[in-house]
Amino acid sequence: MADGPRLNIDIAEKRFAVLPAPLLKDFHLAVEPSSVVALVGPSGVGKSSLLRMIAGVDDDFSGSITVDGVDAAAAPPPGFVFQDARLLPWLTAIQNVRAVRASTSEPSAREWLRRVGLGGYEDAYPRELSGGMQRRVALARAFSVNPQLLLLDEPFVSLDRQIVAELQQSFLTMFSDTNCTVILVTHMPDDAARLADRAVLLNGMPAHIVSDIDLDVARDKRTSQDLARLTALIAEARPEDTL
Amino acid sequence: MAFPSRLFPTPVEVAVRLYRDAFFGKLLLDMGKTLSRAAIAFTIAMAVGSALGILLGRVSAIDRLFSSWVIVGLNMPAVVIAIVLYIWLGLTETALILAVIVNKVPLVITTIREGVRSFAYEYDELALAFRMPFWRRMRFVSAPQLMPYVLAAARTGLSLIWKIVLVFEVIGSDGGVGFRISTLFQFFDIKGILSYTTAFIVVVLVFEYWVMRPLEHSVLRWRTDRA
Repeated sequence: MADGPRLNIDIAEKRFAVLPAPLLKDFHLAVEPSSVVALVGPSGVGKSSLLRMIAGVDDDFSGSITVDGVDAAAAPPPGFVFQDARLLPWLTAIQNVRAVRASTSEPSAREWLRRVGLGGYEDAYPRELSGGMQRRVALARAFSVNPQLLLLDEPFVSLDRQIVAELQQSFLTMFSDTNCTVILVTHMPDDAARLADRAVLLNGMPAHIVSDIDLDVARDKRTSQDLARLTALIAEARPEDTL
Repeated sequence: MAFPSRLFPTPVEVAVRLYRDAFFGKLLLDMGKTLSRAAIAFTIAMAVGSALGILLGRVSAIDRLFSSWVIVGLNMPAVVIAIVLYIWLGLTETALILAVIVNKVPLVITTIREGVRSFAYEYDELALAFRMPFWRRMRFVSAPQLMPYVLAAARTGLSLIWKIVLVFEVIGSDGGVGFRISTLFQFFDIKGILSYTTAFIVVVLVFEYWVMRPLEHSVLRWRTDRA
């Protein structure tokens, strides 16, 4: 499996008219190929906005974001997982996977659903699936679009921790299988400790990087003690909310 | 007998008359004329009304410009439109069908505009994030959100069209169910009027149960309340 792309984020300024100050100013971040980077910070700091800019959805900023040297808006669309599953309720699971990209074949969509543990649920409508299963469909859809670059916007909110643990195991397996580059937006240190290679902590307005932590144990080799230690490391580095 | 049978015929008498009108009279010919007028008017009104409804729902400047006209259209007496068009265009098929269309279009515009306004922002963002091409977005994201409103417009529109086509046929036409009922009225032929009315009710119910409901079930089967 090919490596995921390298990202270079150089934002001179990103503003919203309703905000008194720029959301981002002189913001620089480089993401290595096939790495999983967690953006950790309080609500409203600009994590999700940054994700949309990387996705090429929001190009109203000065500066540049490149994916393997190509401008983000011109690069292949990334796999995107939203805070909610955001499945189209009138389509079945397999139709949801296929709807977003014309070239996704039925066998390919079935295979992605099988890989996230939903073999046999292809023809189920979203209302017939549990919250965790819906998130898995969203993950399959994201991978079917681009298995090399995945953008995750708080994918575990409003799920109970048992489901989150199962989902995170699926994510880890898929990350290893596809060797993809992942940007994970979260405000939970334990999510970052479990899934990421690197935790970038943001705060302030304009948002700036307050800490950049290399999580020193390989993702698939972390013991419960490692997870507790890394979670504490991120939590300690996380500043008080200054927004 | 308390009710004279000339004014209050029994169901059997109406059924016999219906049989005679259908097989030896002009019922089928009249019904065909009325249905073809209704079908043409319905198709054109739905197409034009949907297009304008989407436009007004999406572009607020155009909506502000034309929403007063939509209200005028909704409340304009149907008979006035028919008479004016008959005067301008003569007692022609075109005038009759155009009058029906002009009456129905504002209703379709209003319903479809509300449908477009109710589109979920989240799905637009989904389409943007995955960069879905325009037609793909229309097919998988926009059209399914609009379908309940299209069906509502079709159902209310049909009920309106059945009624006004007949009224307009009474005012100025040389055939059709409305024209025939007005002729029967001149002879106080209540049996004939009820015969034509029964046939018309049968057609409406057949359309409802053989076309509208299967279509609605097929399009909206994903809804929880249809499980």
